[in-house]
Amino acid sequence: MALHFYFIEAASRYPENIAVREQSGTSITYRELDDLTSRLRDRLIRLGVTRGDRIGIYLHKSIDSVACILGTLKSGAAYVPVDPKAPPTRNAYIFKDCSVRAIITEAALEPLLRRELGEGENSRPIMTLPGAGGGGWLRAWIDREEAASPSPQTLSVHSDLDDLAYILYTSGSTGRPKGVMLSHRNAQCFVDWCSDTFEPVAADRFSSHAPFHFDLSILDIYTPLKHGAMLVLVGEDTGKDPTALASLIASQKLTIWYSTPSILSLLTQYGKMENHDYSSLRLVLFAGEVFPVVHLRALKRVLPRPRYFNLYGPTETNVCTYYELPPTIEDDRTDPYPIGVVCPHYRGMIVEAGGKRVERGVEGELLIQGPGVMQGYWNLPDQNERVFVDLGERGRWYRTGDLVIEQADGNLTFIGRKDRMVKKRGYRVELGEIEACLYRHPKVREAAVVALPDEAEGIRICAHIATHDQNRISIIELKQFCSRHLPLYFIPDLFQFHPKLPKTSTDKIDYQKLQSQAGTSRNGQA
Amino acid sequence: MAPDSRLIHDKIKEFILRQFLPGEDPNALTDDTALIDTGILDSLATLKLITFLEEEFGIRVEAHEADSENLNTVADITRFVSSKLG
Repeated sequence: MALHFYFIEAASRYPENIAVREQSGTSITYRELDDLTSRLRDRLIRLGVTRGDRIGIYLHKSIDSVACILGTLKSGAAYVPVDPKAPPTRNAYIFKDCSVRAIITEAALEPLLRRELGEGENSRPIMTLPGAGGGGWLRAWIDREEAASPSPQTLSVHSDLDDLAYILYTSGSTGRPKGVMLSHRNAQCFVDWCSDTFEPVAADRFSSHAPFHFDLSILDIYTPLKHGAMLVLVGEDTGKDPTALASLIASQKLTIWYSTPSILSLLTQYGKMENHDYSSLRLVLFAGEVFPVVHLRALKRVLPRPRYFNLYGPTETNVCTYYELPPTIEDDRTDPYPIGVVCPHYRGMIVEAGGKRVERGVEGELLIQGPGVMQGYWNLPDQNERVFVDLGERGRWYRTGDLVIEQADGNLTFIGRKDRMVKKRGYRVELGEIEACLYRHPKVREAAVVALPDEAEGIRICAHIATHDQNRISIIELKQFCSRHLPLYFIPDLFQFHPKLPKTSTDKIDYQKLQSQAGTSRNGQA
Repeated sequence: MAPDSRLIHDKIKEFILRQFLPGEDPNALTDDTALIDTGILDSLATLKLITFLEEEFGIRVEAHEADSENLNTVADITRFVSSKLG
């Protein structure tokens, strides 16, 4: 069954339940959301949207944006959500890259987007809502459009399970984001696994902390909407404010929380959580990066009651292994918890460099196979070639690029990455993408970016730079330059300047040397 | 700028340079350099800045005050702290 039919069925069973609530208290019932999304579906189909098309969603997180996502799926198209806070140039690139058929945006974001899309973009309809928040903007926009040119009523499209449901863009090592293509089948087997593992009920209240362009949002949106439960949207600003977040979890009586460990660490350090009552919370789920035990222990001290799960998986597979934490954390434990065992809808294999399976206890790359694995990257045949490996009778496997060890008890432990991708606050950052941006700066002759371990923040990103004229560039100027091309979390924390970057004997940039040099010079001049 | 404000201003500027812009020429950080949304003050840096302001100046910053209206530039932050102390 296509993903949106989970919602349609829940809407017929629980029409009066609240489906989505915003922080302000504004909410929408299943019946209302079903009506609104059907009206958008009709509108999209009238515009010529057909099965297999892509629709760009460039909106702030709101009831309106949830409705646009569901309306898109009902029309048979796939949605392509982008970060409303990312530079418009990046979002325009994404929309062009996967040739979206139409874009739904809001008035505040539209002018810059149009400018970035450039001339000749008039053929791509841009549907501009006056705003986003509460669902009323979308309703008002549909009312106005329908008054001018009514759409015939249609039926929600029964998408094939192999049709794309959404494309999520992640950091690409070549300097451009890459689109991970995920089908209804991919999403559905994940959502079904969530149902089996977390046993949601209609009375549950799920947090929606992650932005919709981030893969954590798939659990947030579709698990509650399959079961008649409530999705509580956390606003973009509150999402980063620990005291507001701590208060929201309690006041909204959330039962299931899901976010990156970074946010949970901030909550424990700055959230003043002891002032609130969290007796409704029954599950704390986290994913995206390693959770430092010191912060996890502090969190469990304030929130001893819920069950805790460490979920692991790249966007390409969504969650593919999971681990439930024991009720208590030993006092002397400092090692992070394992990523656990492979989910039952997947198969996993750990291999050495040559592709041979390793013994238990030996480090190797985790390969994953199963119905949740992405179809591939949008329009990147070379990358698809590299990321899938065909093992003859054993079939085709997705290479996670993550190095793991299988422990004696069968749980997998995450060791590190094979390549230059790092996680900053749960987001994937390809260091090469930052370098590609720095090379666009007219004064930069050489750029190399490394990630340094940092106890408080997980990692800090350090850019090493050599300029054409040997003069330093203002760090403020470099940060401002990066912020015009990259999301904020990509921007290097540190910059170091060199007359020229150190090289290996084969004349390649010596990253090992830079890694060991970084942070040793406080004045930024190596 | 009143003498007190000058002192507040210098402490804030020095903190931002040391914490978030190590290696930067102090003259490059002007009173109206935008700090938020340019990656200089991200969410975590903002929390650190607030902790610093609270400890250094003995003020309390409410959650709704931690926005770009009060914290976007050195001048904004100085004005904000001065008003709290005033």
